[in-house]
Amino acid sequence: MSANSLFASAAALRARRLAQGRRMDRLFRLATVLFAWGVLLVLGAIIVVLLVQAWPAFSRFGFGFFTSTAWNPVTENYGAASSILGTLVTAFIAIALAVPISFGIALFLTELSPRWLRRPIGIAVELLAGIPSIIYGIWGLFIFAPWFADNVQWRISDTLGNLPAIGPLFQGPPIGLGWLVAGLVLTIMIIPFIAAVMRDVFDVVPTTLKESAYAMGSTRWEVMRHIVLPYTSVGVIGGIMLGLGRALGETMAVTFVVGNAHDIHASLFMPGNTIASTIANEFTEATTVPHRSALIALGLILFIITFVVLALAKFLLLQVERGQGQKA
Amino acid sequence: MSNPKYLRRRVINLFNMAVAIALTGLALFFLGWILYVLVVRGIGYINPALFLQSTPGAGIPGGGLGNAFVGSLIMSGLGIALATPIGILAATYLAEFGQRSRIATVVRFINDVLLSAPSIVIGVFVYGVVVEPSGHFSAWAGAIALAIIALPVTVRTTDTMLQLIPDQMREAAIALGTPRWKVTVWIVYRSSLAGIVTGVLLAFARIVGEAAPLLFTSLGNQFFTGDPNQPMAAVPQVLFNFAMGPYENWHQIAWAGALVSTLFVLVLMIVARLLSASSKR
Repeated sequence: MSANSLFASAAALRARRLAQGRRMDRLFRLATVLFAWGVLLVLGAIIVVLLVQAWPAFSRFGFGFFTSTAWNPVTENYGAASSILGTLVTAFIAIALAVPISFGIALFLTELSPRWLRRPIGIAVELLAGIPSIIYGIWGLFIFAPWFADNVQWRISDTLGNLPAIGPLFQGPPIGLGWLVAGLVLTIMIIPFIAAVMRDVFDVVPTTLKESAYAMGSTRWEVMRHIVLPYTSVGVIGGIMLGLGRALGETMAVTFVVGNAHDIHASLFMPGNTIASTIANEFTEATTVPHRSALIALGLILFIITFVVLALAKFLLLQVERGQGQKA
Repeated sequence: MSNPKYLRRRVINLFNMAVAIALTGLALFFLGWILYVLVVRGIGYINPALFLQSTPGAGIPGGGLGNAFVGSLIMSGLGIALATPIGILAATYLAEFGQRSRIATVVRFINDVLLSAPSIVIGVFVYGVVVEPSGHFSAWAGAIALAIIALPVTVRTTDTMLQLIPDQMREAAIALGTPRWKVTVWIVYRSSLAGIVTGVLLAFARIVGEAAPLLFTSLGNQFFTGDPNQPMAAVPQVLFNFAMGPYENWHQIAWAGALVSTLFVLVLMIVARLLSASSKR
């Protein structure tokens, strides 16, 4: 056997190995591409399936489905108005309260807290996000709602309930359950999400920017209010939108404390419902096509609302990233 | 510093800082309140029967959550088993091949949409594509719903972790003539293993506490079953029924189950955090 033929067979072996490697590479890449497309496919399938199954309700009730408060399985007449309104009102209450609280937490974590305390408190706030939503529901129903009814609700009714314009909002039986308590429980649930985003965007504010404001004699609050907040406003709004998305879609906790009535009242103390709680309560009992289709239509509406909110949040957070790219 | 304007600004500052501390305290107070209530109400009913006996029917005394614990582990396990390989491969495309391309951007956006999709809507979807065609509720349907919830979590965390691996490591291996897939599997996956496991743990913690999508996919079952083609109980779904129900022993079981499942989820989250912290060092 000559040296030449030995070299030749070694070269052939190398070529074969290379070809094999390339084949495997293509296969591997193909597999990853397929599964990446799978993610798109799942979302597409969700939208298509919901659309198809919701269609009977939309075609039967038309646009009136959105404005009608009827919900009667006997006469097969369904309207989404009370559920949609309940979803929006509870989420609005949650956002209105969670945003200032989250801001306070983020301010504390980025500016005030001693270093050694940051991690434990940060983790504790994150744990608030880890508690299963069903637990919030049980706690809300058995502990928080009765406490609220006994200690807070009648005080609010006696004071705010007598005011001229906003009075009717706060009148009602002191049972605890209703839109307001649902909104309060949601507040606690979304605080960790908003606070985490705020903390992260506050952390990226360049130190030089803050230092120059301090050098001019600004107080901490003024630095926060006039430097940090404007600098991070887009990111903060993005975080708020993420929290809003959570609040809109939350099911189990709300189902426990919202009271579950297909009514619209002026008062936040009266039992109401949300899209998610209506589906959770009625889906297994919905045996007729119009009933089930109406519930799926509710699901589709909820999905579209959260989709729009999330798209807005993503768009805003993208602006932040782009801004950072330019400043860096 | 007798300047009244300056004094005013200092007072405002002091007040707002105090408010910030108070608000942080408020959030911690609620965490403490919830945990306290769970311990006080739940700990008295933690006994062997809770783990060994099945859920009692209406009006039947005693009982436990044994079948629900087993069902939760089976369905969450199946959900993770389905979501993890799909999620890791999809994230591999995003981090290794797609990177900043348009298609990768779209997939990331869609993934984020799925991440915040209401879980009850996913339950409705799985009802439509699995339960209705097959004609019955099953643990498979529940596991698929949980997998769809876990998938975006896995994709998101794995994508982030893979991007943290420096390109020099990939380049060094490629320069030695290593095929790309070997680089990914033996260099990139290996270096980000702790991060990927963190993501899987977080996904598990997320789905093990989910009740909404199980209400009309796996439905629940009063008895022990290991058969995924049958309806199956899960802890959160049992808690929903029992807490809403009128029986005293149902409520007791619900509180004990709430304590156990919350501690389980919180421990999972803390382990995941420690793991990711150790991998960053």
